[in-house]
Amino acid sequence: MSGTREASPRSAGGSDRATSLLGSTPSRHARPTSRVAARLRRGGTWLAALIWLVVVGAPIYYMVVVSIEPPDEFLASNPWLPSGATLGNYGAVFDSGFARYLVNSVIVAGATTVLAVAVSLLAAYAIVIHTSRATGFVFRAFLIGFAVPIQALIIPLYLELLRLSLYDSLLGLILPMAAFSLPITILVLANFLREVPLSLVDAMRLDGAGPLRILWSLALPISWPAVATVGIFDFVTSWNNFLFPLILTQSPDNATVPLSVFNFQGNHFANVPQIMASVALATAPLLVLYLFARRRLISGLAAGFGS
Amino acid sequence: MAVKTAAAVPRRPRVWWPLGFLLPALVLFVGLVVLPIVVALLLSFCSWNGSTQIQFVGLANWHQFVHDDSALAALQRTALLVIASLLIQEPIAMALGIYAAGRQRHRAVLTAIYFLPMLISAAALGILWGQLLSPVNGGIQYAGQNFGLVFLNHDWLGDPELVMATVIVLIAWEFIPFHSLLYQAGVRQIPTSIYEAAALDGIGPVRRLFSITIPMLRHTIVTSSTLNIVGSLTVFDLIYTLTGGGPGESTRVLALAQYLEGFNSLNFGYASVLAVVLGVAAVIVSVILVGVTGFGKMRSQAEGV
Repeated sequence: MSGTREASPRSAGGSDRATSLLGSTPSRHARPTSRVAARLRRGGTWLAALIWLVVVGAPIYYMVVVSIEPPDEFLASNPWLPSGATLGNYGAVFDSGFARYLVNSVIVAGATTVLAVAVSLLAAYAIVIHTSRATGFVFRAFLIGFAVPIQALIIPLYLELLRLSLYDSLLGLILPMAAFSLPITILVLANFLREVPLSLVDAMRLDGAGPLRILWSLALPISWPAVATVGIFDFVTSWNNFLFPLILTQSPDNATVPLSVFNFQGNHFANVPQIMASVALATAPLLVLYLFARRRLISGLAAGFGS
Repeated sequence: MAVKTAAAVPRRPRVWWPLGFLLPALVLFVGLVVLPIVVALLLSFCSWNGSTQIQFVGLANWHQFVHDDSALAALQRTALLVIASLLIQEPIAMALGIYAAGRQRHRAVLTAIYFLPMLISAAALGILWGQLLSPVNGGIQYAGQNFGLVFLNHDWLGDPELVMATVIVLIAWEFIPFHSLLYQAGVRQIPTSIYEAAALDGIGPVRRLFSITIPMLRHTIVTSSTLNIVGSLTVFDLIYTLTGGGPGESTRVLALAQYLEGFNSLNFGYASVLAVVLGVAAVIVSVILVGVTGFGKMRSQAEGV
């Protein structure tokens, strides 16, 4: 279970393998009939790949095209083709306070990620370096938390945050999101910290370095790829979290981007182009991130699962 | 246990830093995950409308649950969603994962597009699909009427007979990319040498798929299926933003039922019963399948190659 392996080309032979896997290249000793069969298979693969491209691409294309359509022309025209181009719909979304929701989302997702990774790094270090019955028990307890779905706990969380006076605050989103990120974050970091050579830890300890110092200057530099990977996973998960803002906030000022899109649709239900602009804006930050850091983002999304 | 003698110098004197390192994570986890689990269980024996005092009512909520046809229907819908998602998503995700594992340039480009749905929040997806499927000049309806794609001419969200099927397909659209990512990673870990040996033996592509690729992927299949089952058991965001559980109650799956029962009808006690059922189901599925995963992992390592 290591999320860091994915997406880095490991073997040069990958290409050959995958083609032979799908039978795209005819075998060297192929008889004519099997050459026809191989060509058919290759055609079939291309066709299936293109069909899936349409299935995935069409809704995303639709979102972009409708979002630039002039609202008063939308209902009378082909929605798949722009009858005009305007950025006014995006302007309307910003006028509804989108910048505020964007800032909220950056604060919530950013703080959740930093908190979850920092706290998990300390815990994972203790679990891996100081193996004992107690740390082993704590590790297993965290792993069981992995199986508990957040959907089943929204009522007690709502009650608890009301009592803590954290209801309807950004901190009241950050703390539960970080808490639910702990199992996966600790799991990924612990798997990586096992690579830290214990002899080096002992050497530093003999030199009088405290555990924090060893974590900071030995373990953290080694586990940096795992920190980045799981940090991305935590960030994307909390960025897209819709349920917690839905139940734990009330005032529009504390909405994050996914909730704001839902609220926007409720307030502008007849204005489809503006709704599509709000969906497009909500999607844009991660799409930009994807353009610039696709490998990292993909391996982050597979964090811990892609083994 | 630890007998102290002069000869056996205790290797590790009692140290307190591990506790200090674990403490912040434990406080967060116990306070916001473990405590809510306990509170959910307790609330299922109470009555609370969100503002009055919480009152202990014994087994009343559970008694209501056993006789609630609406809850039974929600359970059946959830079971349908889980089974259909597994049967639809896993084969497509595996095929896409095998395709995406190829290193050819065009495949890399297509794969980059295939993974896009993973980045869009489920709430935004529900809204996007709601507009695409809208009967008022929505894209799907327009294509059905003007592009000759007559099979699209249905009220996909308004017809109670059809809407669950629509939801199942859209959830597949949302989750297949993630699962194909898992399969891509799985395929890339299969040693090339096996395929080279098979090619030398003149073994055809279909047999290579069924005799090498799929058996070698069994660990991925179990991981992906576990996440798939738990994911569709608890799916909320997309259905809530797409249909809100309607029309009527026709897309009211368990996760929606407990939310609506609590936050709309303000029956937080009864909603907690549904939440406990949901949570217990998810934990049981994970524990069973993770047990199987551990087993599969050991086997695949033992068989090595």
